[in-house]
Amino acid sequence: MDAPLPTTERPRAAVRPARRKTFWQRNEHWLLGSMSMLLFLVIWELAVRFALVNPLFTSSPSRIAIAGFDMFADGSIYPHLRVSGSEFLLGFSLAIVIGVPLGIVMGWYSRVNAVLDPFVSALYAMPRIALLPLVVIWFGIGLASKVAIVFLGAIFPILVNTITGMRTINADFVKVARSFSASDRQMFMTVALPSSVPMLLTGLRLGLGHALVGIVVGEMYGATQGLGFLIAVAGARFQTDKVMVGIILIAALGVAMTELLRAIERRFERWRPDHHG
Amino acid sequence: MNAARRPKLTVRHVSLEHYNERTQQSLAVLDDIDLEVEEGELLSIVGPSGCGKTTFLNAVDGLIKVTAGEIRVDGRLVSAPGPDRALVFQHDSLFPWRTVAQNITYGLELQSRLAKGEMRERARAFIELVGLTGFEDHYPHELSGGMRQRVNIARALVMNPELLLLDEPFASLDAQTREFMQFELMRILARAKATAVFITHQISEAIFLSTRVAVFSARPARIKQVIAVDLPPARSLEMKHQPRFVELEQRIWRLIEEEGAQTGMVTAA
Repeated sequence: MDAPLPTTERPRAAVRPARRKTFWQRNEHWLLGSMSMLLFLVIWELAVRFALVNPLFTSSPSRIAIAGFDMFADGSIYPHLRVSGSEFLLGFSLAIVIGVPLGIVMGWYSRVNAVLDPFVSALYAMPRIALLPLVVIWFGIGLASKVAIVFLGAIFPILVNTITGMRTINADFVKVARSFSASDRQMFMTVALPSSVPMLLTGLRLGLGHALVGIVVGEMYGATQGLGFLIAVAGARFQTDKVMVGIILIAALGVAMTELLRAIERRFERWRPDHHG
Repeated sequence: MNAARRPKLTVRHVSLEHYNERTQQSLAVLDDIDLEVEEGELLSIVGPSGCGKTTFLNAVDGLIKVTAGEIRVDGRLVSAPGPDRALVFQHDSLFPWRTVAQNITYGLELQSRLAKGEMRERARAFIELVGLTGFEDHYPHELSGGMRQRVNIARALVMNPELLLLDEPFASLDAQTREFMQFELMRILARAKATAVFITHQISEAIFLSTRVAVFSARPARIKQVIAVDLPPARSLEMKHQPRFVELEQRIWRLIEEEGAQTGMVTAA
């Protein structure tokens, strides 16, 4: 088995029985997931229809669908989407553009790390959402304050994970590079950077979560537009349907961004065994 | 001057101490090592576990500085890693984010000695030499242990080193693969005309591969004895059962056992 005859590709296909799997076997995972979701929605709808629960509190799938449809039809949802989307894109991009290079520098130069670490550690440990009143005082209730709070939420997980990635380099790899007479610059480019990629991506994923929280809470606290604002206002007016529409859209944004990150991860981590296929 | 008898590696009175920052004690690892390896020779080093064999090899590679004495390769004093030596690590330590071909050309890339096309060409030649044709674009996790060790060896050989240093390269392989790889190593080294220093725990492996076997003492390591392997240069598996082979094996085993007894350490057979 071990002796590698170059002609023998892994004979995986030959081991399995040739019989094709049924449609159900191939798609069991997502079929089961979809069915449980559907069942949940049906029970919810029926519970409202048979007046077992009060739709004022719980709304119902059909009411949410109608509310959502109306908001898209009359165009009232678009400004909210645009504002929240802009806040997210600006804040998160800024966090990446500043966080990743800064993290790399802090991870590589221990003096830079020593100088900045107290600030990073303190801010990383605290819930940055608590800075919201200050941020609003500084930036007002427009777009800028939300971009700032999204940025503050996202940058620290990105920064801390990038630093950790740069600092936890497998000693064996360093030894190999040194044995091949690698210069400092080469050590950085060929060992430190590539081995920090997994941690960096973890940082992006954590940062994403914080960014979404930043949008919602930021807009609830002080804003005139956006999905968080929509949720807050609709909630205050007991418009449960609209609240739910806002929640679903925020969740969709989160899912979409997570999927995008996952695609990037797959691109970068083709070499990792657990990211295959 | 006879070129064949020129020493490739000369080690003179080399001692090495490790200073432990935490315990603030220094530990003698190597003690007055004297050794010569001739061009084209394969010298094996055996000795009790933890006696400093790996440290010695790292010192020859230039990764660790010696405390006293000197190491010369082709007469040049060793002070840092250089292109005249290449180290094959015990754990294959392949970069998981590089393909087989990219791992093999790593050293060449660092020295930017060759253009991309030439590098690719050279990689292909060495991939063929170690019998991995068809696996150029595989990632290390897609290979078996034996295959990864081949890449590890090719990564060192591709540098065309004067001296190849192998640190228990087959330690993590199963018995069958190991014997197979011993043959392969002999074939590869003969083709590459390399001089090599080979560390192992397995005495039969040391005898099988080498022209001479150096037995290290328990720490601090001294050279207890250097034993010439007076077997025909073309080795075969049956030789491992011939009286002369077994005799050498027992002789080396006794030497190590004496050392092991001193430290209370049981060594691998």
